[in-house]
Amino acid sequence: MLARGFADPVHNAQRVFRAVMDALARPGTIQALATGLAPPAPLTPELAAVALALADADAPLWLDAGLAESPAVAEFLRFHTGARITDDPAEAAFALVSDAAACPTFDAFAQGTPAYPDRSATLVLAVSDLSDREGWHLDGPGIRDSARLAASPLPADMPARLARNHAGFPQGIDLILAAPGRVAALPRSTRVQEG
Amino acid sequence: MNAETGYNFAYLDEGTKRMIRRAILKAIAIPGYQVPFASREMPMPYGWGTGGVQVTAAILGRSDVLKVIDQGSDDTTNAVSIRAFFARTADVAVTTRTREATVIQTRHRIPEAPLHEAQVLVYQVPIPEPLRFLEPRETETRQLHALAEYGLMHVKLYEDIARHGHIATTYAYPVEVAGRYVMDPSPTPKFDNPKMDDCPALQLFGAGREKRIYAVPPHTRVRSLDFEDHPFRVQTFDRPCALCGADGVYLDEVLLDDAGGRMFVCSDTDHCEERRADGHVGMEAAHA
Amino acid sequence: MYVAVKGGEAAIANAHRLLAETRRGDTSVPELSVAQIREQMALLVDRVMTEGSLHDPDLAALALKQARGDLIEAVFLVRAYRTTLPRFGASEPVETGAMSLRRRISATYKDLPGGQVLGPTFDYTHRLIDFALAAEGEAPVAAEAEPLADAAHAPRVTDLLGRDGLIEPSAPDDGTPPGDLTREPLDFPADRALRLQALARGDEGFVLALGYSTQRGYGRTHPFVGEIRVGTVAVEFVPEELGFSVPLGEIDLTECQMVNQFHGSAEVPPQFTRGYGLAFGQSERKAMAMALVDRALRAEELGEPVGAPAQDQEFVLAHCDALQATGFVEHLKLPHYVDFQAELELVRRLRAEHAARHAAPKAGTEAEMQEAAE
Repeated sequence: MLARGFADPVHNAQRVFRAVMDALARPGTIQALATGLAPPAPLTPELAAVALALADADAPLWLDAGLAESPAVAEFLRFHTGARITDDPAEAAFALVSDAAACPTFDAFAQGTPAYPDRSATLVLAVSDLSDREGWHLDGPGIRDSARLAASPLPADMPARLARNHAGFPQGIDLILAAPGRVAALPRSTRVQEG
Repeated sequence: MNAETGYNFAYLDEGTKRMIRRAILKAIAIPGYQVPFASREMPMPYGWGTGGVQVTAAILGRSDVLKVIDQGSDDTTNAVSIRAFFARTADVAVTTRTREATVIQTRHRIPEAPLHEAQVLVYQVPIPEPLRFLEPRETETRQLHALAEYGLMHVKLYEDIARHGHIATTYAYPVEVAGRYVMDPSPTPKFDNPKMDDCPALQLFGAGREKRIYAVPPHTRVRSLDFEDHPFRVQTFDRPCALCGADGVYLDEVLLDDAGGRMFVCSDTDHCEERRADGHVGMEAAHA
Repeated sequence: MYVAVKGGEAAIANAHRLLAETRRGDTSVPELSVAQIREQMALLVDRVMTEGSLHDPDLAALALKQARGDLIEAVFLVRAYRTTLPRFGASEPVETGAMSLRRRISATYKDLPGGQVLGPTFDYTHRLIDFALAAEGEAPVAAEAEPLADAAHAPRVTDLLGRDGLIEPSAPDDGTPPGDLTREPLDFPADRALRLQALARGDEGFVLALGYSTQRGYGRTHPFVGEIRVGTVAVEFVPEELGFSVPLGEIDLTECQMVNQFHGSAEVPPQFTRGYGLAFGQSERKAMAMALVDRALRAEELGEPVGAPAQDQEFVLAHCDALQATGFVEHLKLPHYVDFQAELELVRRLRAEHAARHAAPKAGTEAEMQEAAE
């Protein structure tokens, strides 16, 4: 049987959006994210919540290998979002990554163009741990003086990838890190340095 | 769907909200860049704040407390009309108190009271393109932004200085956001520009007719364009508010008669009322 | 004494009540029914549907009633309603070649297969006020109803020209779904499908004036009315789950195909070019003006110099929408006193400086400054 979507689609979607919006507006802060979802594994409730809140027929989804292998995941996402699921990462508005440690390099995804930097992907990574007391040093728009963020598991070269992504500003991708019940974000405008 | 109004929560359908929400997220990630969005036909006219209304509708939730101001006042007709629209279609709590609001939709002013972290300021924007009056073509201005080529704007401001001895832009005064994009702050008087810099609240801008959304994240550097020999300066008033005695606030000039009688009062009515409630008294209030 | 501008809420409610009363007018005069507007103000209803991008004669008639006959206000009501409608998909393209014709004229041929069908037209009426209409009387009956042209035998004039290669072929359908400017922000340069959408929704007066300007030399296109046809077409829709088309109903349309100045090059022999107009109901002026502007906007594509307003797509598309135009013009009614105060402050300061300079003896640099200031 198909797992159900938001219990209250209008208000659940609004709350998920506001958590993501606050996370992107204040990089390094961790926002609470209650979903009420029990999607088929390996799709986490948080990845599912972001997809249900923001993806639709006009915003295609790309799934990492672990998610793409599961027909139940695709069925769940298609039914609840109406979004096209694409094999081509360059077409995706949102990329869902269940195995964050194996996150593909950012260049595979749409970076936007100099004239339209907004035509770029948002990557949503499922992580198990998030902390704003240790880890990387962040600065940039949305951050008063500086902030810290640690997330795991992530590829070892993540800070280098984020540095390259930031150097390409205003083009680039934006990153959402979704842990159980919590979400943080690293927009392309944030400068990340190893702690 | 609300059975009573026949419309979805906050009027917009969920597909439209998602489209606007995606635009808002990109706008936040690229501070000062104008994200095109498929602005919808709203039940109020273009020019009445359809962009701001769509942004507010897309972010608003049940637990929000909404304040709407026009010219700094909660009680001007358009502010009343927009507040009533959301009270009806979203059934959210509304307030006139700046401090209590979580979402503030504004036209032409930034409140005098400092904003805080838990707030979003939504601006209604008529012409989002700061370069529009220098270059009417969208295809051209888009390239200028892509190249960060803002020489035109500096030439315009400098021509003002040559002609008038001052920069003659008094409102919608262009700003540079986070060291990259030049942005139109909407037609707020330049008096309010310094409040945008390092503001703890998230600032979102919606232009309905022109179909653009842009943003300034909290604590972001917002610099008003100027020159070393002509630094940016805000308007000053040579007297305090006649009702509450406040200094250093933006004042409206009210004509009292046809013989030149006039008084100056706070444009931000909530700020003025709170001050008076706290016992501050201006010259005119003392007489009245 | 200071009276704050208070009581906005009460003022708005009162204005709404006053509007409702004024709308009704003298209550000793019978109230208009929506059906009366639909039947007797049909051309106005057609225009509201066309510019409102919504085919619903009853709704358009109701909007006109609610708007006190203000056309743009009625279009506004229809558009705002349209925004809230769920979207099931796009119909199949309507086949205007198979139109059940009520009127069909060509200015390029004296006679042609299917013939010229005048139909209900003002074209040859003498514009004399008919005072008999002021008196209520018998419904007039057409003296001799013209036979409806047989659609199968009234091929499109452009198809007749096309058979001989005399007119450029229509671009073949490459399967790309046309954009929808009510769903995506307009981006420049806009393709022809989007331009046609914008013109169809565009204000008739504005599009008419632009079309007229091309005739007067601001981007000439040497137009001929190949054909105007007015009549009824079937609308069909293919639901995903069925996979074949089902009829949704019929709508009335006006189509205008302009045949424009020819083109040719070393490779391509000379051919006439196309300008296209389409509107709901009987909206000939709109369809013709649209066809003129459509052709003018193709200047760049056809390698013609671009300079006239009607050839400039940013100018045309950014300004043809009556709702956008009226909204921004009329918003000047809203209070702007905060910005005006900012301007006042500057002008007063500049005047004070000006006066000071005039009072002071002129030094070299000051005199220059003053000159610049003047």
